[in-house]
Amino acid sequence: MLRRGLNRLFGGDERRVDSRTVYVGHQPCPSTQAFVPPKFCDNRIVSSKYTVWNFLPKNLFEQFRRIANFYFLIIFLVQVSDRPGDPDHKKIKVGDIVEVLEDETFPCDLILLGSSRDDDTCFVTTASLDGESNHKTHYTVPDLESDLEVLNATIECEQPQPDLYKFVGRMHIHKDGQEPAVRSLGPENLLLKGATLKNTRVVYGVAVYTGMETKMALNYQGKSQKRSVVEKSINGFLLVYLCILLSKALVCTTLKYVWQNQRGQDEPWYNQKTQKEKEFLKMFTDFLSFMVLFNFIIPVSMYVTVEMQKFLGSFFITWDRDFYDREIQEGALVNTSDLNEELGQVEYVFTDKTGTLTQNNMEFIECSIDGFQYKYQDSRTELDGFCVTDGPVSKLQQKAGREELFLRALCLCHTVQVKEAGQGVGFADQVDGVDVASAVEQRGFIASSPDEVALVKGAMKYGFTFLGLESKSMKILNRNNKIEKYELLHVLNFDPVRRRMSVIVRSPDGETLLFCKGADSSIFPRVRQEEVERIRMHVERNATEGYRTLCVAYKRLTDEVFARVDAELREARLALQDREERLVAVYNQVEKGMNLIGATAVEDRLQEEAAETMEALQSAGIKVWVLTGDKMETAKSTCYACRLFQRSTELLELTVRTLEEGGRKRGERLHELLLDYHKRAVQDAPPPKGGVTRSVKAWLNEEYGFIIDGTTLSLLLNASSDVVSSNYRSLFLQICQNCTAVLCCRMAPLQKAQIVKMVKNSKGNPITLSIGDGANDVSMILEAHVGIGIKGKEGRQAVRNSDYAIPKLKHLKKLLLAHGHLYYVRIAHLVQYFFYKNLCFILPQFLYQFFCGYSQQPLYDAAYLTMYNICFTSMPILAYSLLEQHICIEILEVAKNAMLRWGPFLCWTLLGIFQGLLFFFGVHCLFGNSALQDNGQVFGNWSFGTIVFTILVFTVTLKLALDTRHWTWINHFVIWGSLAFYVFFSFFWGGIIWPFLKQQRLYFVFANMLSSVSAWLVIILLILLSLLPDILWAVLPDPHLRGDTRQLI
Amino acid sequence: HPRDVRTCETNKHRTGSSGEGTTNRPDNTAFDQQRLPAWQPVLSAGIVIPGFLLVGLAFIGIGVALFVTSRSIQVLEVSAPKGFPPLAVPPTRGGPVFLYYGLSNYFQNVRGYGCLAMTTSSGGTCPRCSPSSSCAPYQYDQNTTIAPCGSVANSMFNDTFTLYQLVNATRKTVPLDGKGIAWWTDYNIKFRNPPEVDGSLAAAFNGTVKPVNWPKPVYDLDPTNPANNGFLNQDFLVWMRTAALPDFWKLYRRITEGEYASGLPAGNYTLEIQYNYPVANFAGRKSVIFSNTSWMGGKNQFLGIAYLVTGSLCVVMSAVMLIVYAKFNSPDEDF
Repeated sequence: MLRRGLNRLFGGDERRVDSRTVYVGHQPCPSTQAFVPPKFCDNRIVSSKYTVWNFLPKNLFEQFRRIANFYFLIIFLVQVSDRPGDPDHKKIKVGDIVEVLEDETFPCDLILLGSSRDDDTCFVTTASLDGESNHKTHYTVPDLESDLEVLNATIECEQPQPDLYKFVGRMHIHKDGQEPAVRSLGPENLLLKGATLKNTRVVYGVAVYTGMETKMALNYQGKSQKRSVVEKSINGFLLVYLCILLSKALVCTTLKYVWQNQRGQDEPWYNQKTQKEKEFLKMFTDFLSFMVLFNFIIPVSMYVTVEMQKFLGSFFITWDRDFYDREIQEGALVNTSDLNEELGQVEYVFTDKTGTLTQNNMEFIECSIDGFQYKYQDSRTELDGFCVTDGPVSKLQQKAGREELFLRALCLCHTVQVKEAGQGVGFADQVDGVDVASAVEQRGFIASSPDEVALVKGAMKYGFTFLGLESKSMKILNRNNKIEKYELLHVLNFDPVRRRMSVIVRSPDGETLLFCKGADSSIFPRVRQEEVERIRMHVERNATEGYRTLCVAYKRLTDEVFARVDAELREARLALQDREERLVAVYNQVEKGMNLIGATAVEDRLQEEAAETMEALQSAGIKVWVLTGDKMETAKSTCYACRLFQRSTELLELTVRTLEEGGRKRGERLHELLLDYHKRAVQDAPPPKGGVTRSVKAWLNEEYGFIIDGTTLSLLLNASSDVVSSNYRSLFLQICQNCTAVLCCRMAPLQKAQIVKMVKNSKGNPITLSIGDGANDVSMILEAHVGIGIKGKEGRQAVRNSDYAIPKLKHLKKLLLAHGHLYYVRIAHLVQYFFYKNLCFILPQFLYQFFCGYSQQPLYDAAYLTMYNICFTSMPILAYSLLEQHICIEILEVAKNAMLRWGPFLCWTLLGIFQGLLFFFGVHCLFGNSALQDNGQVFGNWSFGTIVFTILVFTVTLKLALDTRHWTWINHFVIWGSLAFYVFFSFFWGGIIWPFLKQQRLYFVFANMLSSVSAWLVIILLILLSLLPDILWAVLPDPHLRGDTRQLI
Repeated sequence: HPRDVRTCETNKHRTGSSGEGTTNRPDNTAFDQQRLPAWQPVLSAGIVIPGFLLVGLAFIGIGVALFVTSRSIQVLEVSAPKGFPPLAVPPTRGGPVFLYYGLSNYFQNVRGYGCLAMTTSSGGTCPRCSPSSSCAPYQYDQNTTIAPCGSVANSMFNDTFTLYQLVNATRKTVPLDGKGIAWWTDYNIKFRNPPEVDGSLAAAFNGTVKPVNWPKPVYDLDPTNPANNGFLNQDFLVWMRTAALPDFWKLYRRITEGEYASGLPAGNYTLEIQYNYPVANFAGRKSVIFSNTSWMGGKNQFLGIAYLVTGSLCVVMSAVMLIVYAKFNSPDEDF
């Protein structure tokens, strides 16, 4: 941040213009004005919380935000050492030409100048940026000289901005004596830092954005230390207690002067004062003295105890064996212990999809051909098992033909490329099928969508192997190990509006065929209805299972028809205006009247227990939002698989597709849809009833799911005016809050953070949690109240920036519902107890002022005043706050947390006041006759204080004992130990003449007290009376509590 | 079927082999895994109702005992005594009888009042008398150390009482015992006199002056008993144990001798009071109290009543709870 600020100050010139000019290869431009090497930031990225330079001031600042924090040294050691980046990368400057080899990540944002591939393309995967792990094609700047050494060009491009999918620039190529040629640059020419080069031997590019100005770095959030909501509650309570303190001191000061104005009360002869101070000054010093006397009501020691509880308590997360993962041989990691209790209060969970919910590993599960279901038996030898189905035997022959057609369709209808093997073995020459198959398996496939690969691989399992595309003909190795060649005539590309793609091929026997695959909703209207009925059931069942389903259809094209279509397609492709629209029109015309062959089911393998985890979270009342950079279809099927959406869930979709449906302007359509959804989900929904569980809701068909994509979101957030925007925002939030699950797809990392921020700041300030595994999740992890990193395969950035890191998604359940809940209950009780015990500690002292002429006489001895919070009552509550399990750890409680609201606080305060009054006036009544022993001797004020103090210590400790539901030996030890220590200390303190004490006030006071039967009796009586409300409270039947407890494991 | 203790089943999910090349794996100790064996008491009605009943009955028993005892203690209070107030003493049960003086609206517990420096320091003439600043304003009298210093000592109660029994119109002095009225530890350990110089206590206090309000110096408080002088004067020690509340009694004498040892015989008595101590200017009142004691100390109705009330409350509550639970709890529910 500091660096940015400095840039803004000193590099201001560059900021003011909207674009930057990059001199490719730092070659001075001959024609234009004088060459001034511009200053761009270096290629370092700082993603750790602290650096060596800002550690001290930044950390001190953090410390001042809290009172006691003793482990900042550990933070220092952990945080300073993590600074990513290859040292060589730091030296890259804007304008440098960079060479990147296969499987390397790009060190900065580059404009692609040259590729080792013949077609001037290269493939990259942006898994760590947006979560998409498929390969994307990027293009070199067209018509460049191949020799980059002599290239003389400048690039003019926009200033760095965080949108990953946007880039606008121009390249001027200067040639001797010619007008400079201009090439336009788009996102397809830009290689982003963080992406990885795939399937391309080497590329060359010129650096345009470096370091903190790369799109990846701009998607990092500015960080701030997170503070738990409990801390905020504490501050609120503290304010109340400060007010109590002030008012007590004020009351006493006022009453003192009122009282002293009565005759004879001011300075009676027996207590004469020598010097007369100024009246006002005296009043002020009196006020301060009262403040000092009552200041124990502010539980300073609570801060220390809270810190200790958090620090020690966080070890239980690291120690938990349930969080241990054998694969990576690691358990959970706690990066901050400040947020333990926040885990138990989470209301919204934002989860990444790729790598978090899913393993991003597509697998062909089954297919359905003409209504017969085929499930692949997981065995290589059983290829013929394919024909053993539930169908009648007589139709076997006909079926086999359909099967082959279906498999051929799978092999042909795609845009998959076969990845060339490292050794250039021309496999076309190999006829031996087994060898070819194994060779193909080694090679692997590349496609823009992982499920296309899954389909091709699925067909391979059934005996049809796609061998690759060679000079416009697709080669298939069929079941009989024969190679079939199909001439690829046209590819009708996939687009999200049509939701299908087709190929037109010419078969070896000269037939022209169109194969089409796509979502069921886009295929069914275009095929014969009787075919649909046979397959619909399978498709729907598969979709319920959470598989991605695609339908496959084909059509024979007669020569005339093909000739017409061919001409139309060519014409549309060459059109200069409305090219896209015209193409789509032709596509729609061709893809009509097809024959449905079958359907496929592909599974995006979920993480272990992903669905169970999501279900547990939802039934605990936590709302789950999926934020992903991935496509809507993929994300949606994952949501179904995770049971976030169910079949009965009514989906409210707010995406580019629905926006373009009406054929009107997007803005209008957005407005209309928002209002419509709001009406359905919010206004028409019955008011939430207490007992309605999710299953009931699903049965009543009241469940809504919401889908939004990145483009629509930015449209929504950046609406024309602020009023409209905030209106949209609140509509959006209201809709989302009434939906059981929300899916946000096509999100840039910063948009994920925006969503989190929006929910975080919405009404009621709900606690949010983000969970993710990749660098693209870092911004939302930092934005949410609690950030969880998954120790996945995609590097460690998420883990480093998270507050807690766990090996697998399934661990989230225990982390939130068991650990989080326990921590919350513990710390809430800790906080309330501290305030309570200090209130009933100081209240008798306050009351005593009324009986000692408001003279600031302490009721308790100084040693008791000091030791009360440090020794007598601190250990039991600390042990409680570390060990309490108010319910078995196996039983999880629904997290409806309200223990730190004002209501419970009031109860605790009232209890404290009740007990304080009881202590004081009980003993006061006893001292109506201060002769408490049979020898007639009388007790003095220190005996009075000691009796009150003894009752106090026993009551607050026993109160905690009553609250303790989980008595380990440690609890026994500290609770009984504290009481024993108090007794021992009192004997010890009162049993010796201490040479350093001016007054032996407590000399034998405690022992004398114990020799009085009446003192014993009053102590027992008052302890019992003080605890009576608690006992009654515990016994009272509590239906609310019982109803909420549910066994979730 | 009342069930009061529920035990958490531990080690429920502890399956799977351990220790197979797992270096980072957390230890499987009960503490680390938060599975320490624990006692999980539940305050159920089944334990609370009989508990309340028992506690209630016990409290009622104690309350009755306290109440009866307290009633049996006899107290004879003479308010605002002056001159020779006549006293008609009814027959007393049990002795000894204690003679208290009472002061009301007297704030002996005012901060800074109850100070007495007892520090030992070398130098000066009276090593035990070196006063601390907390004694101000009664620390020095014209630059001479006051012994004992401080306002509490300065304002020591100095009325004297003599009790006579009127037997056939003659006054018979009732012997008053001034020993054992202060705490044993105060007299024997906490307070010490400066070492005597040449067998004379007066010499030990050489170089100090008496408190401003005192008629006599500290070493001459009790001319009748040389052992009852200096800081070890019992009346002084009683006064120094500052009272907790503004209305208080302090023990003056015990009546332990002869025919009076087991209580004052019924009859007419008179009290001779030497009135020295001013109380009118702070609206205070003085009184003289005769009282005997019991095992619970002096007369105090509060404890007995409090115990009776609390005990009855417990019994009533257990009854109410019993009714509530019997009515509203279905039999299968945890009771």
